Amino acid sequence: MNAVVTRTKARAGTHAVLLLFSAVALLPFVSILLISLYPHDQAISGLALPHSLDFGNYADAWTTGNFAALSKSSGIVTACVVPLTSLVSVLNGYVFGTMNFRFKTPLFYLFLIGLVMPFEATIIPLYYDLREFGLANTYPGLILPETALYLSFGTLWMRAHFLTAQRPVIEAAQMEGAGPWTILWRILLPGARPAITTMMALFTVWSWNEFLLALVLAQAPDVQTAPAGLASFVGEHTTDTSGLAAAAVIVTIPVLVVYVLLQRSFIQGIASGGVKG
Amino acid sequence: MTKIIHGGGRATVPPATPRLPRIRPKRPRGPARRPVARTGTPLLFLAPGLALVVAFVVLPVLHTLYLSFFHWDGVTPGSWAGLANYRAILDDPELRALFTHSLVLIVFYAAIPIAAGLLLTSLLGRTRVRGMTAYRVVLFLPQAVSLVVVAVAWQWMYAQDGVVNQLLSLAGAHSRTAWLGSFTWALPAIGLIGSWLLSGLCMVLFLAGVQRIDPALYDAARVDGAGAWQEFRHVTLPGLRPELAVALTLTVVAALRSFDVVYVLTKGGPGTATSVPGLAIFQRAFTNGQVGSAAALAVVLTVLIFMVTALITRISGEGR
Repeated sequence: MNAVVTRTKARAGTHAVLLLFSAVALLPFVSILLISLYPHDQAISGLALPHSLDFGNYADAWTTGNFAALSKSSGIVTACVVPLTSLVSVLNGYVFGTMNFRFKTPLFYLFLIGLVMPFEATIIPLYYDLREFGLANTYPGLILPETALYLSFGTLWMRAHFLTAQRPVIEAAQMEGAGPWTILWRILLPGARPAITTMMALFTVWSWNEFLLALVLAQAPDVQTAPAGLASFVGEHTTDTSGLAAAAVIVTIPVLVVYVLLQRSFIQGIASGGVKG
Repeated sequence: MTKIIHGGGRATVPPATPRLPRIRPKRPRGPARRPVARTGTPLLFLAPGLALVVAFVVLPVLHTLYLSFFHWDGVTPGSWAGLANYRAILDDPELRALFTHSLVLIVFYAAIPIAAGLLLTSLLGRTRVRGMTAYRVVLFLPQAVSLVVVAVAWQWMYAQDGVVNQLLSLAGAHSRTAWLGSFTWALPAIGLIGSWLLSGLCMVLFLAGVQRIDPALYDAARVDGAGAWQEFRHVTLPGLRPELAVALTLTVVAALRSFDVVYVLTKGGPGTATSVPGLAIFQRAFTNGQVGSAAALAVVLTVLIFMVTALITRISGEGR
């Protein structure tokens, strides 16, 4: 056996292993995608192709299953959480990454609590206290707690970025008379764009997929989000497997688009320790 | 870390520390006054974040701690409980079982994915694979999908007519088990979802990490006559230390925090076969009127997660 053959075989083996793991990763998704296209009169069994493709399940889930309204709520929450959390994270990261001041370390730790703390530690008082303040079952009542919890990662992430910022650049700008606000927006932000993109990709996916907070803090139908709606759909439609599968696909499509477009940023962000779930 | 004492001229800053903001030519001030602006600006910039964190993280955590010392049904006035809610976690078999189940889940959520990741890494080694980006996107996909969707998908996988039984039948082991309804199999079935969920994450992490290891170490090992196993044991494994620490933290914390999948698939059943702390906190706080007990569980869970994280960070930091 010569070297070329060995190398070709090794390469084929590598791809075989990776293909096997990829197939396992995709199997559950492929199976619900198939089920979501089954016509109503066909019995569903295992992994099998439907006789004909029926998109009616999607129409049903969208209208009678109320996923139009649920997706809208999720969209509103995500559209508020992502810019708000990103903005505050940039401010925090800028301060902790470039400035020295009193109580810097304790304040930094205060922001880091949320990185390790499980949401369960805050969810009970949030539920009872937000009712007192009239924030239960409102958009702000979900947006603000989400923002506060994601802020830990955002602060750590942006701080790490601003720590690498060039000191001489900042000092030169100061010599020119630029204030801290100008330095952040005019000088540091353009270079921070990749870091901010990664952060925003993560926030988008987390916020859209957020379950426990949404389940507890936004129970009213007009503010309920898509994952929470899907979970109640599971209980109500135990027999309608196709409808449930179609609803699950609808909930997945928006994050799938973000994931595929920004996969490099997303993977890099999670790999550096950003997991919420 | 240097602290700048504001207001007074006693502020001593080592020369290496960059001064911010250094010069404000428009408003000449005495050197003693300059640091005032330095503390003012950071606090001004931090104000929105601080307000959010105090209102929605710090105060609620303290409130949870407070509630854990009471018997409260969520409606009528509560009564002081002292440490009773905590003692129950040690004494009540139903509550103890929550943490036993967590331990089982740790095996599935942490041990299996890390083993799978290391296996793939040892098979692939440092070869640059064509099309790796596509593989990475697929392997990492479960991280981007809502856990409720993951649960829906697996509910079907585990159904009597589902894919798992279909595959078992193909392999010759005919099965009609409703996996999630079985007292024996429900918890391992939930655990396997965790293994599936986190294996891709570990694989991608380790494959990226192995590229970062200095090639000279592999050359040296080869010169010393190391075999594939020794090379893996003495070069790859130590080289992956940071990635292993990240993977271990993420997966163990995910196991301890598991809620979404259990809530959607089994609600802790059959019986209490799949009850986990996250689910018990939810049920006790919002449906069963045992808010104090839920708060105590939340405190214990939080402390456990902090301890695990600190322990892993410390172990992985040693010898670096």
